[in-house]
Amino acid sequence: MSTATTTESAELAPVSAESLAALLISKERPPRPSAWSTSMTFGWRAILKIKHVPEQLFDVTAFPIMMVLMYTYLFGGALAGSPKEYIQFLLPGILVMSVVMITMYTGVSVNTDIEKGVFDRFRSLPIWRPSTMVGYLLGDALRYTIASAVMLTVGIILGYRPDGGIGGVLAGIALLVLFSFAFSWIWTMFGLMLRTEKSVMGVSMMVIFPLTFLSNVFVDPKTMPGWLQAFVNNSPITHLASAVRGLMGGDWPTAEVAWSLGWAGLFVLVFGPITMRLYNRK
Amino acid sequence: MSTQTSGLAIETAGLVKTFGDTRAVDGVDLTVPAGTVYGVLGPNGAGKTTTVKMLATLLRPDGGEAHVFGHDIVREADEVRGRVSLTGQYASVDEDLTGTENLVLLGRLLGHHKRAARDRAAQLLEAFGLTEAAGKQVKHYSGGMRRRIDIAASILNTPDLLFLDEPTTGLDPRSRNQVWDIVRAVVAQGTTVLLTTQYLDEADQLASRIAVIDRGRVIAEGTKGELKSSVGAGSVHLRLRDPDQRDLAADLLRRALDAQVQPEHDPVALTARLGAAVSDDNAAQQASRALSELAHAGITVDNFSLGQPSLDEVFLALTGHDTHDSTDHSDDPKDEVAA
Repeated sequence: MSTATTTESAELAPVSAESLAALLISKERPPRPSAWSTSMTFGWRAILKIKHVPEQLFDVTAFPIMMVLMYTYLFGGALAGSPKEYIQFLLPGILVMSVVMITMYTGVSVNTDIEKGVFDRFRSLPIWRPSTMVGYLLGDALRYTIASAVMLTVGIILGYRPDGGIGGVLAGIALLVLFSFAFSWIWTMFGLMLRTEKSVMGVSMMVIFPLTFLSNVFVDPKTMPGWLQAFVNNSPITHLASAVRGLMGGDWPTAEVAWSLGWAGLFVLVFGPITMRLYNRK
Repeated sequence: MSTQTSGLAIETAGLVKTFGDTRAVDGVDLTVPAGTVYGVLGPNGAGKTTTVKMLATLLRPDGGEAHVFGHDIVREADEVRGRVSLTGQYASVDEDLTGTENLVLLGRLLGHHKRAARDRAAQLLEAFGLTEAAGKQVKHYSGGMRRRIDIAASILNTPDLLFLDEPTTGLDPRSRNQVWDIVRAVVAQGTTVLLTTQYLDEADQLASRIAVIDRGRVIAEGTKGELKSSVGAGSVHLRLRDPDQRDLAADLLRRALDAQVQPEHDPVALTARLGAAVSDDNAAQQASRALSELAHAGITVDNFSLGQPSLDEVFLALTGHDTHDSTDHSDDPKDEVAA
């Protein structure tokens, strides 16, 4: 026996049998918590994780700043005459693109987290089962909000002026965060379905790059070939980008908002149950 | 002592779980009375953890059925979850969170209000001697501390049935003893414990009934005494004063006790494994008669002890390995007789 382990356990205070017995004597169980309450508790868990490893906020701070700067100055002169002109068009779109891209980290964190012993405990608790997954997404919603705030700040510094005012901007962000929450169920599904972190990352890239780039985020789809327009005009990202652009620009693009919400509902209805099926089998 | 001495905590019939071509659990029948510690003993890969996972509703059985406190583990999984707790082979707590955060998190998930969850967490940490480490992330805990926080999490609401899946694997002997003390305290309050282990002395120390499981099947079941007597009544250890008398003593013991006698490395020591003719009841009597025969033959015995067979021997005998290969596993000398 090594001395290290002995001293280590010697440092531990002994277990007090009496206080243990006193704690065990109560057989009372509080009433079963609601689905909302357990989901919020898991959301709190996600926030605690951010608190302990703040570096993981890198992807919602540095990455979005990079995106705004890069695309504004890369395309600004060519597409709109100047970066300052372009950012009026680009910012809502790049906001949508970046936040939707960030959602894919959900899959990776689900994939690494699910293998840990603590999930056995979560799954053996008498609670509403999807709340573990909803908790992740609630924590992520906070990350998306941070990313949105960071990008808006950078945009305003670069000269973006939203005509929709504070109300329009907040409505735009709310729609974006809600959509991202719904969209993330795709990632929870992949996170549970695929075996390694790397494969989750690979598949996520395959989905996210075409989906976000083939949209109206950077340019008006009118210049694209017909077959591509057919895809781009019907992509959920295009609808969302138009809706957010409209809301922040002071319009009330009812149809685009409805399309975005419709897509969001569809994502939850399709990928939510698949996620839970995989979760229950894991 | 127990609020539920009547009734069964667990009842399974023909429980099966297959992973691909392997039948990890191949028709397990278990009956665990409430209020006891039930040991499931088996080597790595015997199907212990899979069985526990099914009973804790984490895995769906592929065949057979199981009831926990009368609730079907598949159809009434939620009722089962409300009454059981699981401490897995690897710490079932969140390593990134602190001890306090882990317990508060679970308290909230079990329906305690914020304040009650915090109080309960603080009390548990105190009782488990973890107050100082309460604010540290669990990944910085030592093995013994992890086990403690893990068990603390399992008894946040006093469970009716606690699954302890290899609770002391990888612990040093001291931490192991401490975990055993905790288990005893939990059982004393009436909680039924299903303990899986590959350590025979652990089952011996804690469990009242034991199922020996190998390759997904229960190969023996009974009380400790029953299992031990199934492989003979035990063995006699002798130390002689004069090494030259050892062969003579061995011959004598062989005849008197129907025993297999093995000389030890120590030139004055002898071990005689009692044969089938000697039952548990008359082992002590027979042994003392053998002792007087030795004295009669003029052999001076310095030390004499009669030990029950260890579960080690039981286990190896049941799984078909040769128990005589290893000479250094010791019997527990329950009935020591100094000569």
